[in-house]
Amino acid sequence: MKKLVRFLPFIIFISLGVIFYSQLGKNSQELPSALVGKKVPDFKLVSLVENTLQTNSDLPKEAYLINFWGTWCPACHLEHPFLNQLALQGVTILGIDYKDDAEQARQWLSEKGNPYIDVLMDETGVFGLDMGVTGAPETFIIDSNGIVVHRHQGPLNAQNWSTIKGFLK
Amino acid sequence: MLPEIGQFTLILALFFASSLSILPLVGYWKKSLILTATARPLTLIVACLVFISFLTLSASFLLDDFSVLYVSQNSNSQLPIYYKFSALWGGHEGSLLLWALVLSAWSSAVALRLKQLPQEIGAIVLAVLGAVSTGFLAFLIFTSSPFVRLLPDSPIDGGDLNPVLQDFGLIVHPPILYMGYVGFSVAFAFAIAALITGQMNSAWARWARPWTAVSWAFLTLGITLGSWWAYYELGWGGWWFWDPVENASFMPWLAGTALLHSLAVTEKRGVFKSWTVLLAIFTFSLSLLGAFLVRSGVLTSVHSFAADPTRGMFILALLVIFVGGSLLLYALRATQVRSSIAFGITGREAWLLLNNILLTVLTLTVLLGTLYPLLFDALGLGKISVGAPYFNSVFTPIALLLIVFMGIGPLSKWKNTSWNALWRPCLLALVLSALLSSALVYFNSFSLMAWVSLSVAFWVLFLSLLDWLNKISLGREGLLVRACKLPRNYYAMILAHVGVVVSLVGVLLVSVNSHEVMVRLSPSESSLVAGYEFRFDSMEEVKGPNYVSERGQFTVFKDEKQVAELYPEKRFFTTRQQVMTEAALDAGFTRDLYVSLGEKLEDSSWGVRIYVKSFVRWIWLGGLFMVAGGLLAALDKRYRRRVEVA
Repeated sequence: MKKLVRFLPFIIFISLGVIFYSQLGKNSQELPSALVGKKVPDFKLVSLVENTLQTNSDLPKEAYLINFWGTWCPACHLEHPFLNQLALQGVTILGIDYKDDAEQARQWLSEKGNPYIDVLMDETGVFGLDMGVTGAPETFIIDSNGIVVHRHQGPLNAQNWSTIKGFLK
Repeated sequence: MLPEIGQFTLILALFFASSLSILPLVGYWKKSLILTATARPLTLIVACLVFISFLTLSASFLLDDFSVLYVSQNSNSQLPIYYKFSALWGGHEGSLLLWALVLSAWSSAVALRLKQLPQEIGAIVLAVLGAVSTGFLAFLIFTSSPFVRLLPDSPIDGGDLNPVLQDFGLIVHPPILYMGYVGFSVAFAFAIAALITGQMNSAWARWARPWTAVSWAFLTLGITLGSWWAYYELGWGGWWFWDPVENASFMPWLAGTALLHSLAVTEKRGVFKSWTVLLAIFTFSLSLLGAFLVRSGVLTSVHSFAADPTRGMFILALLVIFVGGSLLLYALRATQVRSSIAFGITGREAWLLLNNILLTVLTLTVLLGTLYPLLFDALGLGKISVGAPYFNSVFTPIALLLIVFMGIGPLSKWKNTSWNALWRPCLLALVLSALLSSALVYFNSFSLMAWVSLSVAFWVLFLSLLDWLNKISLGREGLLVRACKLPRNYYAMILAHVGVVVSLVGVLLVSVNSHEVMVRLSPSESSLVAGYEFRFDSMEEVKGPNYVSERGQFTVFKDEKQVAELYPEKRFFTTRQQVMTEAALDAGFTRDLYVSLGEKLEDSSWGVRIYVKSFVRWIWLGGLFMVAGGLLAALDKRYRRRVEVA
């Protein structure tokens, strides 16, 4: 028995090695989502801009992006300028301020510019949970029928946008 | 011509390194002195060859030879000369060459001090280091050669070094960090030698200790520099992000810290032998794991090098050979290095055991947080990311507990300590620190967590002071004479422990007493932050060697008196078409003033981010204390004196 214990580090390491092997070559940015093919879950959230309660009926009618972000998230700093660019190109982006403070979010938008048609506050992260968000930034692409067609984890940038924009119709 | 020489010497180095990893071992096995004696010259030859290869690549950078692919990707004729030199380690291939160079530097240091060791052990140590070199050189040559040429159509100019890396921090941070990372291969080599020969005694620990202390000091300095660099360069004032790559350097540090302490027990008392060996293997494995995570693309990180599955495969293979091989060797041979010496629950052994348990738990906490997304995905449970909240809530309490015990441990004596010797100073320190921190918290209205952390900091300081007073008041020579006679090791420990406390205070005060505002300012407007008036004077265009910059001038006043002038910049790098924010800061012992430019808004106003951060310097000051402690520990007279006897 005591002998076996000494093999423990070796066995644990080998299992780790197998896991690493299975992960190699996978794109760590690619994320499947259970929501693909379904409608956006029901929500009641306060708008950061107008301070009013918004629900599913207020969602845009055309194809758009739902972007989860937060002032606490370093990668969102990197992503923000690109979102500004997209907004200039006429892409509709709905922002969800995820697990964040409204005051800080307002400051952020006034400092960095606001690419969003509206920003909804998800302070508790309940909507994020419904959407299956694992962190920020995370972006969902919704088609003109209101169906989730794609999900992207991590910052949007010029390289990945070229593939993602194909979903936006 | 030069790059070909570099490539050729690299291939020669691989050849000699593989002989180095075989011949001395065969010599040990066949009991042939001639073969074991090859270890030293072979090590030095490999080091020279790698050094020549490194020089040729440096020359290609300095001479702007853009026919070399790696140079054209990472340099530009307009780049200032010091960045041309440091651009060598700005990408995957060159940094790997630096890694190989540092490894051969450590190996030759061991080779040059070989007289300290019995011949067979020295030969095996060098052979193991040679095997590690072989792995890295093969990795370099087969998957990531920095000498690939673009001929005949070589570019006229290069694509420039990533602007984030054009900074003093990049010149010093990677080499120092690698010195630390790679240095742990020496401790690893000693551990393997102990397992192979079965000679695992306190002499083993005494040889490995100074090497471990020096590597630990370098790693501490490297991490400190990295944190300082991130703070001023990335422009949002944070100093630690729990990014996978930061964790990759932090895990070997935690394991290395545990190793330092457990080596002390093994040297002095001959216990924990097999545990110490296992820790040495762990520490080395964690630095290899760091290399794997950064360079294979299995995790996303702000630091990632270009991800490439073939490279990932190669490092994974190296990882399996070295870590798997050594753990298997451990499983088969560890019985020979078991020990059974009893010690009491108040003995220093017990306190150091506690230190090791807590440090190991901390290491595993960070390891779990870093690898959790990978494990989760591999089990088919979907993708997930683990962020700062996990680390802060799990890591902080255990770390504080460790620091509490760090205060008590040094009071204890080997084998057993009388409770009387422990509880008196502890009670005194407890009362003093509780009072002092309560007073501070009361007058500054800090939170509960701040109160706890401050108490812990004072607790360690008081206990260290009491212990020191107690030690120098023994004997009749007088306090000063006694104080000078205490061993360097003791002062090294005090320095390092005080360093931990200084960092703790910095971390704490920065988190409870930082002020941050984002404002919109036009020239001649000002903003008041934490009693400091920041006046935005003007904006001007400045031309740098390879960028154009919009530079703001801010004057900072406190109580109507000018305290600083700050020049934050927004730099546009022409070659890469990239904009970089260059924050301006006025560093101070008790506070940092930090201004960073945001976006340019309509008319002539700017979004400006202003921070006043209390005691942020202390975080890195504590790091420097620890470095000094580590180096002092390695310089202890003991390591030289006993060598002459042996």
